[in-house]
Amino acid sequence: MKRLLALTSLVVLIWWSADTLSAFCGFYVCKADTRLFNKASQVVLVRDDDKTVLTMANDFKGDPKEFAIVIPVPAVLERGQIHIGDKALLDHLDAYSAPRLVEYFDENPCTPSRTRDTIAAGVGVGGALLKAPAPRSLDTLGVRIEASYTIGEYDILILSAQESGGLETWLRRSGYQIPSGASAVLASYIRQGMKFFVARVNLKEQAKLGFTFLRPIQVAYESPKFMLPIRLGMVNAAGPQELFVYALTRRGRVEATNYRTVKLPTGMDLPVYVKQEFPAFYRAMFDQQVRLNRMETVFTEYAWDMGWCDPCAAEPMSASELGQLGVFWLGGGAALPQRAGSGGSNVFITRLHVRYDAAHFPEDLVFQQTADRTNFQGRYVLRHPWTGTESCDAAASYRSALAMRAELEAQSLADLTGWNITDIRGRMNIVATKWWQRIW
Amino acid sequence: MIPRGARLDPRLYQIAVLALLLAYGALALDFDVRPLQCGAILATALGVQLACARVAGIRNDPRSALISALSLCLLLRTNDLWVAAAAATIAIGSKFVLRVRGKHLFNPTNIVLVLLIACTDRVWVSPGQWGSAAYFGFLVACLGGLVVTRASRADVTFAFAAAYSALVVARSSWLGEPMAIPVHRLENGALIIFTFFMISDPRTTPDSRAGRFVFAAIVALVACYIQFRLYRTNALLWSLACCAPLVPLLDVVLPGRRYAWPSLTAAPAPGGSYEALAGSHFARRPDLVVR
Repeated sequence: MKRLLALTSLVVLIWWSADTLSAFCGFYVCKADTRLFNKASQVVLVRDDDKTVLTMANDFKGDPKEFAIVIPVPAVLERGQIHIGDKALLDHLDAYSAPRLVEYFDENPCTPSRTRDTIAAGVGVGGALLKAPAPRSLDTLGVRIEASYTIGEYDILILSAQESGGLETWLRRSGYQIPSGASAVLASYIRQGMKFFVARVNLKEQAKLGFTFLRPIQVAYESPKFMLPIRLGMVNAAGPQELFVYALTRRGRVEATNYRTVKLPTGMDLPVYVKQEFPAFYRAMFDQQVRLNRMETVFTEYAWDMGWCDPCAAEPMSASELGQLGVFWLGGGAALPQRAGSGGSNVFITRLHVRYDAAHFPEDLVFQQTADRTNFQGRYVLRHPWTGTESCDAAASYRSALAMRAELEAQSLADLTGWNITDIRGRMNIVATKWWQRIW
Repeated sequence: MIPRGARLDPRLYQIAVLALLLAYGALALDFDVRPLQCGAILATALGVQLACARVAGIRNDPRSALISALSLCLLLRTNDLWVAAAAATIAIGSKFVLRVRGKHLFNPTNIVLVLLIACTDRVWVSPGQWGSAAYFGFLVACLGGLVVTRASRADVTFAFAAAYSALVVARSSWLGEPMAIPVHRLENGALIIFTFFMISDPRTTPDSRAGRFVFAAIVALVACYIQFRLYRTNALLWSLACCAPLVPLLDVVLPGRRYAWPSLTAAPAPGGSYEALAGSHFARRPDLVVR
């Protein structure tokens, strides 16, 4: 029983040495240097039975001396349970699972044939993170250094604490800017017998390794708890934060058990001009869905068998890449093993996106793996009209249907994003007509 | 016209509330439940009820079967129609097979969910599917049911709600968590469904009031243990299934009068038999009928 008590889940706390406590794992976004979602975090949760491998993305751009991460963990982690990962893997996972635009090109209605579809754009996220300085053991505060490792470019300490005041003082004296509310949150984790994982950058090791960026930290642990702590990251947070969770499981889709999990609207036809501003569209659509769901919901953006995709925003992860992310049940072959009796591979990905603050998400996120292997993707469709000049009966009816189609696309876009329908019509060059003008 | 002194059968109210909740969940909350699956569950449950009643030589009463079927529609998630149909078959069949001293041993919906989750890889329950948006609406609807039907087994509902709430709040207080956390845990539609429609099943609760209080407290305690110590989901379902075998024991230690569903024709016609009153086949013995 004691072991079960100790095997509580992993909590991540990140502090800036400056004056703010960051998000769970803060990050900046997107392709073409566009910032898509601010104050967001990216984590990969590999989970099967009670075993979990957690990867935290990190593209911290500041002075490495200022970087530090504090992670409450279920028990003292051995050296082999900590690993430094490859950021490219997360980028690949992000690209593979990102919401996507699909383009179709209308064929000549006079000579109909197959339509083509291509991926027009994907909205990726992108990693980023954290910072802070280093500590020393102070027994009088009830804080003990349980273990100390240098792994990759990080110096890592495992701390235990008897009470939150002592830990808070210890961290403050060690240079961490702890906001006042953190102590109360720390206390509940200390009462559950958790240890604290503290990592900072070892500048000499970093110079020796030659990395100019900080690589993701991975930890492996065994615990019945399948959850992500978000409470610590909300202490003194200014406004809502974003979290992207890529869950890799053997059975099927992952969902939250203590909050509603809903799928984002998908499959709509949108005006073609959205291609130029897909990130802005996606951000507006997500904002709108958060509003409609009173910011109390976890959104599923992607749920798919890792063995394939259709259409593919990026190629599926290889067995080797998944192995590096911590998918430990693969068996070492070059190809993904198939599920016994049911087809498909034995790795299923769920991409969850949640915007949270303390008022709407008072408790940590708890997840469960379901038996649901229904594929789902955030997919938005552009249909390019045929612009030929041929004339036939089919072409005439095709052209007359285009105006109605454009109007429906405009309404879809307005519904999804909350954008002004008049502005959308203006962008689409839709000429407003009276209802009776469309009769004859 | 409702005869004087008769009570409305609480099952009718339950059927109405469950059907409304299902419609709300499917239409407003985007439940992962297909109309075809609901149809399969309802048809199978009613069919199995009819078949079992014929085999047992008793009058067919679809009300309890309808409640079990609607509960399964609300809770059971699967991608396989045959699994949904099998769940309905096992649920209704368990009422006829798993009995001790004339009472069901397990709540049919509860035992089938636990069995299928434990033994198959095709079923799940989504406790987070309700969110907390409509929580107070649920609460009012469910409490209204107790008032309208004057349900005599409301005590087990209140006892469980009190015990479980106290434990959840006490744990958070011990950990120094803000009250928003236990409040969020208690504002859960799945908890409401369990409290008002599952643990309160008169067929599977102890006969005496003292026994019901003890039973409710044990179920709450075991649920907290499963949720906060073993960290497993669906703790309420597991807890009720684990504790159900205690009911026959509690009935021996703390005996009480056996429950039977009231009927709109609750008062026997002069010269009539009690059998005609029974809402279910368990009320064939006069001593089983609540008057």
